[in-house]
This record gives sequence, C-alpha cells and structure tokens, in this order.
Amino acid sequence: MMSRGVNTGMKARTLTRHARESLKSISRNGWMTFASVSAVTVTLILVGVFFVIMMNLNRVAQTIEGDVEIRVHIDVAANKQDQENLKKQIETLSEVKSITFSSKKQELNNLIKSLGTEGKAFKLFEQDNPLNDVYVVKTKNPTDTMKAASKIEKMNYVSKVMYGQGQVEKLFKFIKASRNVGFVLIIGLLFTAVFLISNTIKITIIARRREIKIMRLVGATNNFIRWPFLLEGLWLGILGAILPIILITIAYSNAYDYLAPKLKGNFIQILPVDPFMYQISGILILMGAVIGVFGSVMSVRKFLKF
Amino acid sequence: MIEMQEVFKKYPNGVTAVNGIDVRINQGEFVYVVGPSGAGKSTFIKMMYREEVPTLGTIMVNGVNIAKIKPKKIPLFRRNLGVVFQDFKLLPTLTVYENIAFALEVIEAQPKFIKKRVMEVLDLVNLKHKARMLPTELSGGEQQRVSIARSIVNSPKVVIADEPTGNLDPETSWEIMNIFDEINTRGTTVVMATHNKEIVNTIKHRVIAIESGKIVRDEQRGEYGYES
Repeated sequence: MMSRGVNTGMKARTLTRHARESLKSISRNGWMTFASVSAVTVTLILVGVFFVIMMNLNRVAQTIEGDVEIRVHIDVAANKQDQENLKKQIETLSEVKSITFSSKKQELNNLIKSLGTEGKAFKLFEQDNPLNDVYVVKTKNPTDTMKAASKIEKMNYVSKVMYGQGQVEKLFKFIKASRNVGFVLIIGLLFTAVFLISNTIKITIIARRREIKIMRLVGATNNFIRWPFLLEGLWLGILGAILPIILITIAYSNAYDYLAPKLKGNFIQILPVDPFMYQISGILILMGAVIGVFGSVMSVRKFLKF
Repeated sequence: MIEMQEVFKKYPNGVTAVNGIDVRINQGEFVYVVGPSGAGKSTFIKMMYREEVPTLGTIMVNGVNIAKIKPKKIPLFRRNLGVVFQDFKLLPTLTVYENIAFALEVIEAQPKFIKKRVMEVLDLVNLKHKARMLPTELSGGEQQRVSIARSIVNSPKVVIADEPTGNLDPETSWEIMNIFDEINTRGTTVVMATHNKEIVNTIKHRVIAIESGKIVRDEQRGEYGYES
C-alpha cells in the first residue's frame, strides 16, 4: 500500500524542505534565537579561551617534562677511575634512561654562552676553572627524578645533585588544578547553553503544534517531523560558534605576535597560530553543533511520543 | 475492515469511557455513530485511528491490531486512513492546494504524483477553482471540503469523521454528506460520529448507538433515535 509515489530513503528534496523549515523558524523565533545563540557564544568564548590556555600550558609542561634532568656534580678529588665507577653505579639505577658526561670546561662555555655579553667576564676563569665535571642524568619518567636524585646523592665522589627541586612539582600541580577548575566551569556553561537551546526549540514546537498534529495524523514518520528541529538546533549551535572563533583568532594572533619574539630562545614556546587556530575553530564549531543538536533532541523527544 | 473485540477504555482519572465493545464494520460500509454527549462516542472513534489506546481488547483496522501496534508502525498505519474533524484542522498559512499537498509531502511522495493527485481530489470536492485561496477566505462548508479532500488524498481504505457537520449550517451539511456518500460509493469505509438527526434519518445507513460506553443499538438503515 506504500507504493503510490512514496519512497523511504531521504531525498535531496526532502532535506531541502527540512532546511527551509528550520531556517523559517529561526527567523520567526527572533528573540529566543538571539538568546540561545548568545548563550552558545558566551559558552564557546570561555571554552575557547580555556582550551587555548590549557593547550599552551600542556605544551609548556611537556617541554619541561622532557627537560627535567639531574646534574650530578663530581667531586674534584675524583680521578678518572673514580668517575668511571660512579658512572657505572648511576647506570645500574632502574630509573635512569641516559647519562652524559660534561667536563668543567664545557660547563664554563655553556655558562658563558647562556649569559650573553655579560658572560664574557667569566672568561677570566678559563685559567682556573672553579666548576665541577658533571654527569647529566635523564630519567625514563620525569616523576622518578626525585627518587633517582636521592639515590645518586649518597654515592661516593658526588659533591652535589641539582634538579630544580620543588619547582617542577609545583608547576605540574598548578596545571592540574587549573584544568579541573576549568572543566567544572565549562560543564556548567555547556548545560546552560543546552538548556536555552532546548527552550528555543520548545517554543518552535509549540508554535507548530497544530502542524505537527496534522503531520502525525496523515502518517508522517517521527524522523520526518524531527529533522527540521534538529537542523534548527544545529544552526543555533553553529551560529553561536562564529563570534567566538573570530574573537579568539584575533586575540590569539595578536598575543602570539606580541609574545613569540619575547620568548625567542627561551625553552617556553606558545603554539603557532597556524595550525592551532584552525584546530580551535574546528573544536568550537563541533561543540556548537553538538550543543545545538543535543538541546533540540531533548525537547523534541517529549512531543513525539505516541 | 474494522473489528473491535472486548474493548475497554479507562482514563487515568478513573473515568471508564468505553465499557466492553464488540463490533465489526466491513469494507465499504457507511456507519453512523450516535449517542448522547459524554457517552464514549469520541473515545470509540479516537481508538480507531490510534489517538487513544484501549485499556483492554483488540482493535483490528485494515488487518493490523492497533491496540498492540508498535509506535514506529503508527505512521504507516495512518497512511491508510483518513480523518475529518468538526473544526477542519487546516493550516491557516497554507493555501487550499498546499493544505492538501501537505499530506502527501510529509509522506515524501513524488512531486509529479502530488500535483496530479491533489487536483483529482480538489475536483472531487468541487474546489478546483479555489486552489490558490487561503482557508480563511473560504466558507465553513468549503473549509470542510478541503479537509475531506486532504483525508482522502492518500486513497485510504477507511475515512473516520468526528462530527464533520457540527459547525455547519443545514444546507452546507447536505453538501458535505453528498461528498461522503460519493467517497463511500467508490469503496471507502466511512465511520461518522454525528449529532445530526435529520441526516441520519434521511440518508439511511447503519447506525451504532453508544451509551455509557456500550453499544446499545446496532441497526442496518437505522434511525437516529434521540430527540436532538
């Protein structure tokens, strides 16, 4: 009985109809559209800023993690054989990934280089170098640094062990805490946005109750009725993502232009605008779309029960 | 064909609207459903197009037990059924043509087929010349003709009408009845709830009288039987 010109798959013509219907109600809902788009906009601006900060912090954290090393100052009394023994001892520690030797001459050169023009004053010490020979030890896991350092400290011919005590742990803790606070904030905002969108869609549905009722009487499937509302939610979400993308891209580009030269030569780097801003834009559009569709699914569900 | 067996309907508020109905309506029949207000007529009619679900019993319509039908299958079931209401239920922003075409568009019929079929039913209800008008520009009788056209545009086997002449003056009511008769002679089953004594007593068909949720009378070529 279904054959009279009826087909089951969705045709382009049907999709066009759904899109038209959804756009119609977006313009008809005026203020509610504005309110829910604004809610998505505010949410996504905050989400975006949070993402930008988090991803840069993560990058810094990774750089630092990769940079964490233990500098083992070798006692001046140690002869070649003693140094060799110490090296073997350190290598036997399970936490250790690599060990490299850096003579006191190299150490002085590094110091002079790192201080730039002012470093030249230290050239005087080339004749009588007060620095120690150093073993640079890297651990397999940055969090094992402390453990390994305290073991090495007890070995013979070790005068001092340096590894940025305390600083690294503090930074990791800070990053973790800010991540958690940010997540809680964002989840709250996402819920608000979903709620506002679902209310907007509800108004559309109520305005078209009569139409929906007739559609159901003449045998429209729930999917057919649902589609325009899903699309409406989708548009609201995507519209809400536009302003955040523009604002964040402009702000980040400016921040990058300002900060990048200052950070040059520093081990802390911020992520380059390209491709980072494309990634952020993609994430924001996706989040807007998900918020929108989810909001409309929530409000349509109730109205389509038989 | 419509067949009800041991059908009961009790609403959540405790009211029993249908209290044990057994009835069989054959394909091609024309049936009036009569009875006082609040007797359960409306519930009886609504259960036939699965607007209400019976608390107990089976209702076979076009070979489907709609007391047990899965929600997913309801749309397909309704495509073989037309419904006409007292208040027409037309969409005020659409033209006459669009209102009828709407019923085919939402089931995703081919555009060519829609055009042809809508003109056919408009011709049947004699409103071809008003296809581009809005419902508000039409008289009550004309609006009801549009809604009848919409109900049969799917070529359903059964048309269910709930007081289709309730809002119309006597003369217009006769016009509407003529259209239902025409639909019926083409083989469509018509089930009509009505309070119109004159029509029931003049255009003779089977009469089912419902009181207190039960069928109290079921006669071929019956009388209205109430003072209206």
